[in-house]
Amino acid sequence: MTQLILEQALNGLQFGLMLFLLAAGLTLVFGIMDMINLAHGSLYMVGAYLAAAAAQASGSFLVGVGAAVAGTALLGVALEVSLLRRLYARDHLAQVLATFALILLANEGVRMLWGAQPVLLNAPDALAGPVEIGGFFYPSYRLLIIVVGLAVAALLYWVVARTRVGMWVRAGASNREMTEALGVDVRRLFTVVFACGAGLCALAGALLGPLLAVQVGMGESILILAFVVIVIGGIGSMRGALVGSLLVGLVDTLGRAVLPSLLREFASPEVASTLGPALASILIYVLMAAILFWRPEGLFPARA
Amino acid sequence: MFRKRLSILAAALMLTTAAHAADKVKVGFLSTLSGPGAGLGVDIRDGFNLALKHLNGKFGGLPAEVIVADDQQKPEIAQQATEKFLKKDKVDFMTGIVFSNLMLAVGPAVFDSKTFFVSANAGPSQYAGEQCNTYFFNVAWQNDNLHEAVGKYVQDKGFNKVVLVAPNYPGGKDAMVGFKRFYKGKSSEEIYTKLGQLDYAAELAQIRAQKPDAVFFFLPGGMGINFVKQFVAAGLSRDTQLFAPGFSADEDVIKAVGAPMLGMFNSSHWAHDMDNAENKRFVADFQKEYGRLPSLYASQGYDAALLIDAAVRDTKGKLDDKDAVRKALEAKRFKSVRGDFKFNVNHYPVQNYYLRVIGRDAQGRVTNKTMGTVFANHADAYAAQCKMK
Repeated sequence: MTQLILEQALNGLQFGLMLFLLAAGLTLVFGIMDMINLAHGSLYMVGAYLAAAAAQASGSFLVGVGAAVAGTALLGVALEVSLLRRLYARDHLAQVLATFALILLANEGVRMLWGAQPVLLNAPDALAGPVEIGGFFYPSYRLLIIVVGLAVAALLYWVVARTRVGMWVRAGASNREMTEALGVDVRRLFTVVFACGAGLCALAGALLGPLLAVQVGMGESILILAFVVIVIGGIGSMRGALVGSLLVGLVDTLGRAVLPSLLREFASPEVASTLGPALASILIYVLMAAILFWRPEGLFPARA
Repeated sequence: MFRKRLSILAAALMLTTAAHAADKVKVGFLSTLSGPGAGLGVDIRDGFNLALKHLNGKFGGLPAEVIVADDQQKPEIAQQATEKFLKKDKVDFMTGIVFSNLMLAVGPAVFDSKTFFVSANAGPSQYAGEQCNTYFFNVAWQNDNLHEAVGKYVQDKGFNKVVLVAPNYPGGKDAMVGFKRFYKGKSSEEIYTKLGQLDYAAELAQIRAQKPDAVFFFLPGGMGINFVKQFVAAGLSRDTQLFAPGFSADEDVIKAVGAPMLGMFNSSHWAHDMDNAENKRFVADFQKEYGRLPSLYASQGYDAALLIDAAVRDTKGKLDDKDAVRKALEAKRFKSVRGDFKFNVNHYPVQNYYLRVIGRDAQGRVTNKTMGTVFANHADAYAAQCKMK
């Protein structure tokens, strides 16, 4: 039983860290520029497709990941300079409409380029098997994802908390006008932040590609979770994004694993397995509702 | 008043045109052509199109018009497309649906409009039993059948702690019921997953904790590809034997997973190595046309087209005579690539089911090889509840 819980906790950690990669970019974009970017999930999808294409062309997974991150970051810059910049002054409705249009464009574009069927992206052969940790086997690829996720989280923490650029970012998130008045070029800063956010999306897409499927529309479902994460964590806060991601990842995975077997004690398997996953997916939203009720600003509000 | 007169006129016109031979045959082909389930729909479509090519683009000698639509594996999209087929295109036959939940969603509209649905895949238990319908034919199998065959084999081999994994939708429930009809081992944990789920980390941890001797999984399309890959990556394949119906162990999954599938037993009503003239032509031409081995789905699409062709020919194109069309479909005057079979009273096949194992063929490809017969002339368990006519 302890082994089961430990394994599920690792699964939750893995899922949470991948959510963090998405939520980190989203929370900064939302926090600093007060801009709702629904197309964040599309960058994740584009990243996964670029990774698959580059990995297939070069035969190396690592090259695929690198190409995806670089390519998507460039796409992010192009998008920010050409379109999103014009939307900052507009209200949220205009932003939602414009970025929703981007989702449709991205989905159709990918469908035209790569077709409607999922594209295969395989993990490197060396990581296809399991590794033994503490008396039980765990897929080595998932372990790699955890390690990469932790490393990126540590790096982001260092950049945001310890460097000058990080200070500007934090200042921009807590009070944009004042930061501008102090002479920080928030406009250029934001282009950089957006590019980084896009790169992180691509990293998540490329790493999750072999576990899930690289397909049209993969960004939408994960985008909703990323929004839940930043609402829980507090909009604009990097620390909030990390804590929120891990909470959502753990609650979702442990809920999915534990609830059906709990329900099976007093219901038929069909009922238990219908109710179990449904309840497990509701759990995240219950958590969000509870946090909105007691701490409407989120766990770590950036504009405290 | 005017409207009433018009409708009488229309009715009179319809009477005069009734039982005239059609000048072409319209088929609405609705299938899952995008998303993780797309491999199945594409194979059915390609099989169907190959048959049409063999028939020189004609059904029963009449020019065929096949309208293809993608249901995106979503019931509401399937319903919209069906409405269009029935009301705007006025198709003579419908076919192609892969997933049983979609079949159950569009069935009522199709049957109400007295349009024949020749299912090349979805065979829900509902339409085999009490809700069986004059206008529904399944040319493939009833959902339970392939699972029954695996259940029997697993039982015969003496496994008695098996974990079952299937998605929570009508086809998945039929799978569990079918497997357990012949498997009587003492403990069988049942894990239902969400339809379309792609990450099985939580379920695999549960399986590891259960320590079964065998795992039976029914996860068609992309779901199965991910499950097998993750099962192997989690190290579970070392001491747990994997069993599946042919759906989760055919060319689409083998192509994506490869060598880790070697040695996996599965069941099917058809295999590409079956020795009959029709099958040899089908397999050879399919490879020539599409550059890959056909899956069982492709064989089902091929047979669906041949069945429609036979019905049109038998009725001499008088497709308005629904009774005659039904009789012609029941008579099924065509040679199936799986060898002989006949329709039961519920319009589902009575046929043989075979055991296959994944191995390397003479050319070194990883593919299925037929091992033997599990059931001969096997009928589904619901036919007795069907009160047609």
